[in-house]
Amino acid sequence: MNKNHVELAVIGAGPAGMAAALAAWESGIRDIVILERGSVPGGILPQCIHNGFGLHRFKEELTGPEYAGRDLELLKKTGVEILCNTMVLSISPDRCIDAVGKETGYLSFTADSIILAMGCRERTAGAILLEGSRPSGIFSAGTAQRYINIEGYMVGKKAVILGSGDIGLIMARRMTLEGAKVEAVVELMPYSNGLTRNVVQCLEDYNIPLYLSHTVTKVHGDTRISGVSITKVDENRIPIAGSEFDIDCDTLLLSVGLIPENELSKTAGVELDPRTNGAVVDENMQTEAEGIFACGNVLHVHDLVDFVSAEGERAGKSAAEYLKNGTAKKDSYILVKNGFGVGYTVPQRISTNCKTPVTVFFRVNRVYKKSEIFISNEKGEMMSFKRERMAPGEMEKIVISPDKLKSGNVIIIGARAITQ
Amino acid sequence: MKELTCIVCPRGCALRVDEVTFQVTGNSCSRGVEYGAREVRDPQRTLTTTVILEEAVRKRLPVKTDRTIQKSMMAACAAATNGIVATAPIKVGDIIIENLLGTGANLIAGCDMPKRKS
Repeated sequence: MNKNHVELAVIGAGPAGMAAALAAWESGIRDIVILERGSVPGGILPQCIHNGFGLHRFKEELTGPEYAGRDLELLKKTGVEILCNTMVLSISPDRCIDAVGKETGYLSFTADSIILAMGCRERTAGAILLEGSRPSGIFSAGTAQRYINIEGYMVGKKAVILGSGDIGLIMARRMTLEGAKVEAVVELMPYSNGLTRNVVQCLEDYNIPLYLSHTVTKVHGDTRISGVSITKVDENRIPIAGSEFDIDCDTLLLSVGLIPENELSKTAGVELDPRTNGAVVDENMQTEAEGIFACGNVLHVHDLVDFVSAEGERAGKSAAEYLKNGTAKKDSYILVKNGFGVGYTVPQRISTNCKTPVTVFFRVNRVYKKSEIFISNEKGEMMSFKRERMAPGEMEKIVISPDKLKSGNVIIIGARAITQ
Repeated sequence: MKELTCIVCPRGCALRVDEVTFQVTGNSCSRGVEYGAREVRDPQRTLTTTVILEEAVRKRLPVKTDRTIQKSMMAACAAATNGIVATAPIKVGDIIIENLLGTGANLIAGCDMPKRKS
């Protein structure tokens, strides 16, 4: 790249960024660059060597590297330029991008449109105020995954995993298959935050105990971790005195949540939503900052890469639309709000002149059995959808037709249990 | 009646399988029927792991079995991949081990790995 202007810049060559660039290309945009800080495209997919990806998008079950490979094959047929080893330092509100690259050196250029697809990072031991000493042997689950699957280093022989999100569950199986003993997976909440199928195929298949409503209350060890204390917690997640027990281990993996990586969004002046830690977007994935779009885990943390890609495609198409026609700025919006039992919604607002059905993604904030999602506006309830089961670990979606957007300034999405 | 969680897709349907007739209920699609009936008789899984990679930029090659293997063979098959060395260049789908431990499944490469420029 040796110019000072592009039509479309995509930040991040993970599944969201690749899908966004592909969709923009297919919509007729011909001047696209993807900036990727890693040495290869694919984002987190190359280290996710397990299968289960692509059932929606490619209609077959793929591993992470295979899924990334499919997107790369598609990109090779386009003129989209991917710059790896290139770290974006800042984005200004008028869409000037500063970056440094291994091959290119310092870059400074403007873009007519930008798609934010930086993904997310893991919460750390510090973020959860883990008590006790700080020996070696404590890893975030994704770091351990990288060591084992990419670098070829085994992280330990006897492990405890704190957190039962999907990465923690996948790593329990991975450590076991590599010959380690996983003593326990410990979960603060009374339910697993991972997909039920991962609890089955990663823990139950290998007889790994899952301690729900428990947490690690102390780390033991001097140079290397030698064990952890585990304590049962009450319904307010407060440790119950006297319920403590110790497990010996040489490794502690933390799978305690993901944080969308929005440092660049902030320099660009993009408004963030404290509920998602991602940008506030409309139904076209456009942020408050004109011409800047967001998709994938930088917008809100997803469970499935297929949905990340779908969101990337939406952002890519919308950016292409914006580049061709521009968008009537300062449209009036209908606000989408989370009501009872719902943690957040994406998008957070819908243009009043929206003419196509809008898919709204959200998460409930507790486990529901037979239940209903209900949609209301200021005049009252408009519709409801039945569900057999809902859990915070499984993202929900509903489709709102444009006629429901005609009467009102706000849409509220709530959840309630159905009592028999 | 055996109660299972279907692992075919992320939906995770709660299946009930009759252990005599192998009739499946609670499924949302036909793959659930196939999975449920098989799971009570002869549980199968896909193995995914890595092998040592030489002459490439990366040090490990992601691999998987090209079909499911018996669940009881997972640990033995994973152990059998230890010490296996693959050499770049490699194309996705290349066979790394044929008929892994007699399961009938081949261990295949999960991605392209070009030869390292020396």
